[in-house]
Amino acid sequence: MSLELLVTIAIGTLCGTGVFLLLRTRTFDVILGLTLLSYAVNLFIFAMGKLTIGKAPLVDGRRPADLTAYADPLPQALVLTAIVISFAMTALLLVIAFRARGETGSDHVDANEPDVPRQDDA
Amino acid sequence: MMAPHLVIVPIVLPLLTGALCLLLARRRPALANHLSLGATLAVLAVNVVLFVRADEGATEAYLVSNWDVPFGIVLALDRLSALFLVLTSVVALIALLHARRGDAARGPHFDTLFQLQLMGVYGAFLTGDLFNLFVFFEVLLAASYGLVLHGAGRRRLRASFHYVTFNLVGSALFLIAVSALYALTGTLNMADLSARIGLLTDTSAVLAQAAALLLIVVFLVKGAAFPLYFWLPETYGAATASVATLFAIMTKVGIYAIARVTTLIFGSDGGSLAHVAAPYLPILALITIAVAALGTLAATNLASLVAYLVVGSAGMLLFSLGLGTTAAITAALFYAVPSTLLVAAFFVLGDRLKAARGADTLAPGALITGRNKTRLGLAYLVLAIAAAGMPPLSPFFGKTMALGAALETPWGAVGFAVVLGASLLVMIALVRAGTSLFWAGSTRTEGTPDIAPPGAALAVGVLLVLATTVFAGPLEGFAARTARQVTNPGEYRAAIFATRPAPPLLDIRGASTLSNEARAVWLRLSPEAPR
Repeated sequence: MSLELLVTIAIGTLCGTGVFLLLRTRTFDVILGLTLLSYAVNLFIFAMGKLTIGKAPLVDGRRPADLTAYADPLPQALVLTAIVISFAMTALLLVIAFRARGETGSDHVDANEPDVPRQDDA
Repeated sequence: MMAPHLVIVPIVLPLLTGALCLLLARRRPALANHLSLGATLAVLAVNVVLFVRADEGATEAYLVSNWDVPFGIVLALDRLSALFLVLTSVVALIALLHARRGDAARGPHFDTLFQLQLMGVYGAFLTGDLFNLFVFFEVLLAASYGLVLHGAGRRRLRASFHYVTFNLVGSALFLIAVSALYALTGTLNMADLSARIGLLTDTSAVLAQAAALLLIVVFLVKGAAFPLYFWLPETYGAATASVATLFAIMTKVGIYAIARVTTLIFGSDGGSLAHVAAPYLPILALITIAVAALGTLAATNLASLVAYLVVGSAGMLLFSLGLGTTAAITAALFYAVPSTLLVAAFFVLGDRLKAARGADTLAPGALITGRNKTRLGLAYLVLAIAAAGMPPLSPFFGKTMALGAALETPWGAVGFAVVLGASLLVMIALVRAGTSLFWAGSTRTEGTPDIAPPGAALAVGVLLVLATTVFAGPLEGFAARTARQVTNPGEYRAAIFATRPAPPLLDIRGASTLSNEARAVWLRLSPEAPR
């Protein structure tokens, strides 16, 4: 099995599971779904620099001065940015979900159970 | 000597101000607020200077950290960015003037979040790099998540959970689209992308088409087009009034991004990807306009009604941009200015009316009495006429120009029907709302307190809407020049590539020679890239 196929299956599985969880009605499931989706996206970005084995993204002087001896460093920099951002946003969303759970007593994504009438403070 | 660096001031100044406000917020909240206002005014002045400079016609590139194009991050200033920069600072000023009347004190760190949001918006308008655009989107979104929650409350918590989730999924799609484009072209610089995208053939072109449409979908989420607008009325309706006022510019970021990529990257030089979104944008826009008009009829309070006006104005802009002709883009850019200002002023007015009547709903309630009734009523009249697109105010000219441009495309007939029908529905909704707000109250609540004078924010907003009417000619001229500039992507590319880094003070191990060599190799690899 080639490396490409393995990574493709991994991205597809993460993405599919993420979307499934995202469509559920509990905040915990939704946040897990978003996390899995962001893993899938991060792998995807990483794979965009072409998959290579045993090649460094940094010039170390020991390899020949030739681009084929090195991995593309840009996707690795991009994925670092993307990881940090999605990590921070997930943390923020968790805080919002906790607050909503604390204030309404429900972990439904609409912040109240479907059969309970809404109580809005203005 | 400082003149070239003015381009980065709208990004750096709000960032520094935001950081300072964070330090001051606890001990000297009033000082933080003054600082925030001062910085907003300063950036407004800088943006006006940049606007005048951009109107001389040249696209200006700013090489961040002095890296060579296309390897480093580049900021680009042309008429399109300059227009939205000035518009943003004006809306920010209206929002901040209103926030100073009480909203800012409703929760912690309003000024910091406000400035960081502005930094993200300015950055999105200035950047010439696709990944950097993503980063600035995240900056403005991260700040906006905090701002939606400002003032707390159950309704805001619920709205913000939906808003954050929706936008996180949008960001995931953005990353997929951007990295796919990188994989296919090897570049993220918009000017470089625009030179290379046309060279793609066969399967690469098909993949690039998928990535391009995905990118447009992401911008439609931000721009609140059907069927991706559901987050907007709920969020804007729930947000504190001054936050909603500032958010009037947020949908415009999506619209700007669409205007930028559909003209520069997927524009006339796009080869097999030229005008890739053109078949879909007008129809989505028309559905958006129709749905938004129905939404205004269904709204039960003024904030939700105005939120649907935001959706409607986004639809109108998308329709014009989707037509793609120079005349239509002129109409879109013209319409963007008054429609943004009027919704910003409308959110402020809604909050004033809420305070004056003591009620949030559009149901008949306490009557407003005294001088306030005249002043608030006049403001409502001006904004309602503008929002419905009735003569004699400038949104009417914008709609007329858009429909005139549509007549030269296959979208003429259906465009006329939908836009005029929607305008009628919006007018009915606004007339009905106005009647119950100003006339149909019970007089039993004796002596409604005269506690909510209109205030500077509302005055600025209404006067600016009137000003866009008086100076409609110059504004139209500028919009036309902008449209001509953006439909000529070759000019933008040439300007970006012509910008070279300043000579380094210390040439460490021949870095600049290395950079020159790398650039030469890169340019040799793209046969059609401008020299």
